[in-house]
Amino acid sequence: MKALSRVYTALVFIILYIPIIVLMIFSFNSTSNTGGFTGFSLYWYKELFNSPDTFNALKNTLILAFSAATISTVLGTAATVGINKFRRNITKSALLSLTNVPVMNPDIVTGISMMLLFVFVGNIIGSEEKLGFGTLLIAHITFCLPYVILSVRPKVLQMNKALPEAAMDLGCTPLKSFFKVELPNIMSGVVSGFILAFTLSLDDFVISYFTTGNDFQTLPLLIYSMTKKEVKPDIYALSTLMIAAVTVLLILSNISSKGKTANRKAALK
Amino acid sequence: MNKTKSGLARFAAAPHIVWTVMFIVAPLLFVAYYTFTNADGAFTFENIFALKDHITTFTLSISLSVIATFICFLIGYPLAYIIARSKESSQKIMVMLLMLPMWTNLLIRTYSMMAIMDDGGFLNVVLRYFNLGEVHLIGTKGAVIFGMVYDFLPYMVLPIYTTISKLDSNLLEAASDLGCNNFGVLTKIILPLSSSGVISGITMVFVPSISTFYISQKLGGGTFELIGDTIERQFQNSSTYNVGAAISLVMMVLVLISLAIMNRFTEGEGGSEN
Repeated sequence: MKALSRVYTALVFIILYIPIIVLMIFSFNSTSNTGGFTGFSLYWYKELFNSPDTFNALKNTLILAFSAATISTVLGTAATVGINKFRRNITKSALLSLTNVPVMNPDIVTGISMMLLFVFVGNIIGSEEKLGFGTLLIAHITFCLPYVILSVRPKVLQMNKALPEAAMDLGCTPLKSFFKVELPNIMSGVVSGFILAFTLSLDDFVISYFTTGNDFQTLPLLIYSMTKKEVKPDIYALSTLMIAAVTVLLILSNISSKGKTANRKAALK
Repeated sequence: MNKTKSGLARFAAAPHIVWTVMFIVAPLLFVAYYTFTNADGAFTFENIFALKDHITTFTLSISLSVIATFICFLIGYPLAYIIARSKESSQKIMVMLLMLPMWTNLLIRTYSMMAIMDDGGFLNVVLRYFNLGEVHLIGTKGAVIFGMVYDFLPYMVLPIYTTISKLDSNLLEAASDLGCNNFGVLTKIILPLSSSGVISGITMVFVPSISTFYISQKLGGGTFELIGDTIERQFQNSSTYNVGAAISLVMMVLVLISLAIMNRFTEGEGGSEN
């Protein structure tokens, strides 16, 4: 039984990884042939780095992800703290389920619904270029918000409610009590919400596809437009670099969480 | 004094409420508005009637994504179970191996599969090398289902793994002490208690599968259309926005209804245990 389950696990993981590994190998191929390996070369990487589109898209993606994650974290954290003080449970749950709509809805519906809003408002204002960085940022903040709230809310619920009250009894203004008492208590949730929002924004293709204009391209959008043309291994090279970056990030976050649990264990002793 | 102060804190949610109304509620109202108007903005049921041309697309999308979700469950449940029951150190590594594809962009994963399944691709080269003939995969429904399974399998495994690994091991021991065999422990204890993980796994596979347009474009080779493709095509051209909105509205309602049914299902499970 044990051997059988080992074989099964190995088989699933091998199938899961074969396409990625094949893609990585062929990014070093000297010709654009995807059937056979004709020789090792860095030609496609050079091609990739010589194209200004790649750097532009990388820059755009990072600016967008950083702004969307920052704004959604601030909005979402404030909202979570505020919602928690609502007196009526109905308003609380109604607002939380409305916030969750982008999580449940298919991405394509979220994307086209926002596009319709932007196009309609753009027509009223009569602006020429309706879609671009601004609309993309609004869309990304909107689909990141529920995830920020999902990661901050458990921490807000765990926190002792008497703490901010005690701070205010001792003369703190509500704002000061938030920054000195509440925020440090919920900080881990806020940080993980930010990281989640950042990675979601980096990775998003479908919603971005419908809410961006011609002159603002992110990496996923660039990959999409590259795959529309003929198959060229420069996409393999770009993908290999992105997978390598993700692997490094994942290992680093694993090591840091290991370090944290080790510290916690040491603190308990 | 405190009451008024903490009362004031409620206003921290105000920007979020404004945001939700403007960018979650309003866009959905616009989908409804476009559904029931024509290109000139006049009220019409035309777009709803036009849906009958797309019934085959709807049934095809639903059947392909149901099949893909079911295969994901069949492959994913045993895997989640094995991972949850293995040593802690190997659990960590296997979870990381599952997360890596999740963090890799969907376009890249789908594209890498296309490079394998293509007529001149890696798989056919290997088959030809061993004189096993050739297979034509791109453009078949099987390829699209395989793509959905491959892209979304980790989303099925992780939630199931989380619920199984949180199960109280005393329950399992008690069951086998009281004469339950391994199969009985699995079907009578583990499966019912992990149903919440199964439900969220099913949701996380079914929703992106039914609405995909990228997988069907790349692996379907343009030989057939899924709902996602139809919606995407309608929004290429502003004259067909209204029909596109109608199709999206129907898909949204379909997805929300199936989510509600599944949630009711888990609530029922919890209720019968009490």
